[in-house]
Amino acid sequence: MVLVVLLATFTIFFMLPKWAGQDIAVLFAGKATGAEQLAGIRVKLGLDDPVLVQFWDFVKGIPMGRDYVNGNDVTHCAAPCFGYSFRTEAPVWDTLKDALPVTLALAAGACVLWLAAGVATGVLSALKRGTVWDRSAMTIALGGVSLPVFFTGMVAMGVFVHSLGWVKIADSLSTDDSIGTWLQTLILPWIVLAFLNAAMYARLTRATMLEILGEDYIRTARAKGLGEPAVITRHALRSAMTPILTVFGLDLGVLLGGAVLTESTFNLPGLGLAAVQAISNKDLPVILGVTLFAALAIAVANLVVDLLYAVIDPRVRLG
Amino acid sequence: MTAPLHDTTAEAEPTAPVDAAASEGVRKVEGRSLKQIAWNRLKRDKVALGGGIVVVFLVLVAIFAPLIVSLLGHPPNEFHQDKLDPLTNLPTGSLGGVSGDYLFGVEPNKGRDVFSRVVYGARISLLVAFLAAIVAVALGTLFGIIAGYFGGWIDALISRVMDVLLSFPQLLFIISLVSVLPDDLLGLTGSGVRIAVLVLVIGFFGWPYIGRIVRGQTLSLREREYVEAARSLGGGSRHILFRELLPNLVAPIVVYMTLMIPTNILTEAALSFLGAGVRPPTASWGGMLRDALETYEHDPMFMVFPGVTIFITVLAFNLFGDGLRDALDPKGTR
Repeated sequence: MVLVVLLATFTIFFMLPKWAGQDIAVLFAGKATGAEQLAGIRVKLGLDDPVLVQFWDFVKGIPMGRDYVNGNDVTHCAAPCFGYSFRTEAPVWDTLKDALPVTLALAAGACVLWLAAGVATGVLSALKRGTVWDRSAMTIALGGVSLPVFFTGMVAMGVFVHSLGWVKIADSLSTDDSIGTWLQTLILPWIVLAFLNAAMYARLTRATMLEILGEDYIRTARAKGLGEPAVITRHALRSAMTPILTVFGLDLGVLLGGAVLTESTFNLPGLGLAAVQAISNKDLPVILGVTLFAALAIAVANLVVDLLYAVIDPRVRLG
Repeated sequence: MTAPLHDTTAEAEPTAPVDAAASEGVRKVEGRSLKQIAWNRLKRDKVALGGGIVVVFLVLVAIFAPLIVSLLGHPPNEFHQDKLDPLTNLPTGSLGGVSGDYLFGVEPNKGRDVFSRVVYGARISLLVAFLAAIVAVALGTLFGIIAGYFGGWIDALISRVMDVLLSFPQLLFIISLVSVLPDDLLGLTGSGVRIAVLVLVIGFFGWPYIGRIVRGQTLSLREREYVEAARSLGGGSRHILFRELLPNLVAPIVVYMTLMIPTNILTEAALSFLGAGVRPPTASWGGMLRDALETYEHDPMFMVFPGVTIFITVLAFNLFGDGLRDALDPKGTR
């Protein structure tokens, strides 16, 4: 998966501009640069090498570091080398390193919130099927699915930050900031991002639970005198978690997209905002780095989801 | 030769009378086609019908946008600086300048008519969403039916590709892609290029959703007797795929295409919001929200109109799609 993404990203960012008649050296240095300088840049960035060589140099640079050489002009790029930004000339790795904690915190918090809220709402709806609670919860869920996250984000900020002043959003976030600052800044993004997805999980959980509650083994569990809470949590919910987890695995890409939008709306300095800024600056190395990083993160998260299957469903055993 | 082998009514409604046998003699038992059954169910579902009416209304608004704007609004790219407060550049009057003349108020900084821009934005949104859904359906149906019918390594390969695409960081990828593409492409210029790119890219990342469903359905349909009959009568693969299987897949395809449109509308809005949608003077809902991000603290109404419009549109499509699914597929739970 990571390899596929690597290849695809590379093709898009190195081949496409070329096919479309754009010169990466011009993207790097600007249109006003002289031909001689451009030639130097091409040599230094290895743009005249065969594509496979360029690809290999890039991949090799990630674990081993890399030297950009043009005659006597040598720039060394230390070990996790993703190249240098075309605009700020800072190593891409530094940008990634600073932005990652923000995106991770945003994504993890939102995940926990949406799974908890979605599953709880879904279970309650399934148990109280057809009641006012069920119908209003499902109506709100459908509404949640239909709202763009950047709109809810702006409404939430308008109400809670600017009108009521309950929350204060920090302009920047780094690992040096206190937990309080992080919580204050992230609480609204968490809720906004979670609301959108919780809605879908509530619908899914409800449908799955309704199906499972009609199964024989639930009746057996009740017949042998097990209390209702134990039946619901230990018997029904446990098998309901399997399809939920499957969808969750597929939604990680969506989560990342949501994170990009949320970060742009709330101006959070995460990977998504870095990507959006890099894109408007045509800063190829940063775009490439962020996309690769994102793909890697999704692949790792998918692995974790796969491992969780074995924990939740005893029929799945690791081979 | 294939006519008697087709039996779409039995597919969705096992208890429905088989037309050929029942049409003669017994008058009271009327054969109903799948379309009629679905229509009767849909008519009873008031919520879905409401969604459908809103959808039709929005499509009409998009088609007749120039007419509506000439009657009720001002040209979408006309600046009305006189409607703005010269100090703050915010619209004069309450609620972001809403008045009989400017139904949805005036845009801050530029003074364009918000109503006209929302109406014209509907064209972009719906056009991109519809066309992208068609692209996704075409690709998804083709690959899904092939994977399901042939099985083996073909199925393994296509399924793997679908899995990778589904867990792909799509949005990030699309914005990067749009940003490196040049302005003129495939002989198109201006916003035509962006629309074409949006349609192709959104459609391309959408096909696995349809593909998985079509594949699953094909897997169960290919074991049916009528497929075996067609094969024993000497029907080739292409004949079985497109003349025997495809007609029976129309119902799920229509349903998921309807449910894909709202997702596409949201994706298009998200891309425009991030600056990867149609280019600025052309009005789009996501682009309006992007502009609103700068001023919503002082002029919340400029954010509310496009935002609520997206919400209503997507909700209407979702309600209609849900209803259509229930009507066409009585067994479907999700």
